[in-house]
Amino acid sequence: MSAPESAVALRDRILSGDVSAAEVCRDAFARIDAHDAGIHAFQSLMRERAMARADAIDRDPAQFTGRALAGVPVAIKDNIATRGHVTTAGSNVLATFAPPYDAHVIERLDAAGAVLMGKTTLDEFAMGSSTEHSAFGPARNPWSLEHTPGGSSGGSAAAVAAGFAPLALGSDTGGSIRQPAALCGIAGMKPTYGRVSRYGLFAFASSLDQIGPFARRVRDAAALLEAIAGRDARDATSADAPPIAWTPETPMPAGTRIGVPRAELATGVDGDVLAAFDAALAVLRDRGAVIVDVALPSADAAIAAYYLIATAEASSNLARYDGVRYGARAGAGTLDAMYTRTRTAGFGDEVKRRIMLGTYALSAGYCDAFYLKAMKVRAAIRQAFARAFASVDLIAMPTSPTPAFRIGERAGDPVQMYRADVFTVSVNLAGLPAISVPCGFSRGAPRLPIGLQLIGKAWDEAGVLTAAETYEQAAPWWRDAPVLS
Amino acid sequence: MTPLITRADAARIAALAKLEMSDAELERAARELCAILEHFAALDAIDLSGVDAAASDASAAAPAPALRADEPAPSLAPSDTFANAPDADRAAGLFRVPRVLGS
Repeated sequence: MSAPESAVALRDRILSGDVSAAEVCRDAFARIDAHDAGIHAFQSLMRERAMARADAIDRDPAQFTGRALAGVPVAIKDNIATRGHVTTAGSNVLATFAPPYDAHVIERLDAAGAVLMGKTTLDEFAMGSSTEHSAFGPARNPWSLEHTPGGSSGGSAAAVAAGFAPLALGSDTGGSIRQPAALCGIAGMKPTYGRVSRYGLFAFASSLDQIGPFARRVRDAAALLEAIAGRDARDATSADAPPIAWTPETPMPAGTRIGVPRAELATGVDGDVLAAFDAALAVLRDRGAVIVDVALPSADAAIAAYYLIATAEASSNLARYDGVRYGARAGAGTLDAMYTRTRTAGFGDEVKRRIMLGTYALSAGYCDAFYLKAMKVRAAIRQAFARAFASVDLIAMPTSPTPAFRIGERAGDPVQMYRADVFTVSVNLAGLPAISVPCGFSRGAPRLPIGLQLIGKAWDEAGVLTAAETYEQAAPWWRDAPVLS
Repeated sequence: MTPLITRADAARIAALAKLEMSDAELERAARELCAILEHFAALDAIDLSGVDAAASDASAAAPAPALRADEPAPSLAPSDTFANAPDADRAAGLFRVPRVLGS
């Protein structure tokens, strides 16, 4: 079967009988079997569930007519609960945990007719920017196996880039969808906070976490997002917002104003990234956009605020892994010793580092100096975005200051690792929607993808998608795919 | 100004977080936390006069969800609740843990 132009086109071919859902599913597993040993995009596969769904579609396609993702393979980050199928969050403490329920997004994908292929590799509890912090081994970048795919949703990004699945779900707390999308040369979107229910997403930092789509093309990311979006009573922060209502046929309005925080790009950005970013702006200008300078607070301050707030919330959220109700238990003579041994044996180094930082930031005597100050910086960032959006429709930045880095290169330097998120965390702090789309490659060898980030006003996913689609049509980098060994 | 984190501070934080660390791990944790917090002095570069921390709530961007009606609804079945328990008396509906009182 020749590769279809998009996941949406694949759905139409399946429903028209041009190709069977079972054939699509078998092809995808064959590709995974042939190539994933070197990439480790998948933590586990769901062969039986996937084939059963594909067969059901082939038996009675009429029943699936009108379902947005009928027969389309989707990979799921392994911190999203799948009933009866082990969901590890990349952690030893959940190595055998089979959730007794499906996440809201899984229910929605089932209703949309999607074929769930398996669970993808991630940094433990989504804490990382390289997928190196998985307790079960790192994922690798399909463009160069020596390089990380980014993180924390590195397995989902690698799965889509490698052609294992046309669609994948990730979660984005500080850039964990957009940064791996950029580093793997695909599209990845963080929706507005509240757009997608977090029910069944294993909590890292609840005021920042949001589930979102990966795809090679913008239109497919949009289709996946629309399938999972909407109010769910089981997540009190999911909003009753108007639907996204977007079609790829809508052109970007002439005169669309795109702000660029030029001062923040002056230092610390790789030359190839800056060149690709400026070339992308030229393409958008050519398509009618007006590029203007905007002021945003220092990205370093955003990083600091983000890592204090995220780790404070994590230190609280991860208190649940105590060996009592589920997860691994390390036995001991007293309850207190059991808690401590369970957590010491169950968590990896990066998770412990962040729990320590968060516990410190919330501890008596330091809370005002760190956590409360970080919350004020968060408020200042929100206000700065609001001021900027008074005069522009979108804000553009590189997604990541560098292309993919080598596995192990930053492992011993947490501060350097945290800098990977310098252009993504402020979007989470402000709760805004943002997409990363491929915008070129590094010039050296190996050739590594670069991402363009477009940030919108709260609930304006449609505006973000329209600009991204307009860019993609003018600069179809998505047609470039890695050659797998 | 960043307070210096000593090994003793790291030990206190580890105890609060219920994590066990060797002397070498505490030394390393103190060193790493110092490095991270020094970097976080960037917070001081922002003018925070007149900024209200309460305005930082991300959900403030969301249309306020209505409070749900206070009505009984199904929740996890007991068999599901205990399915992943490391140790439980399922018939009695109890998770079993080491003794809490006495020694």
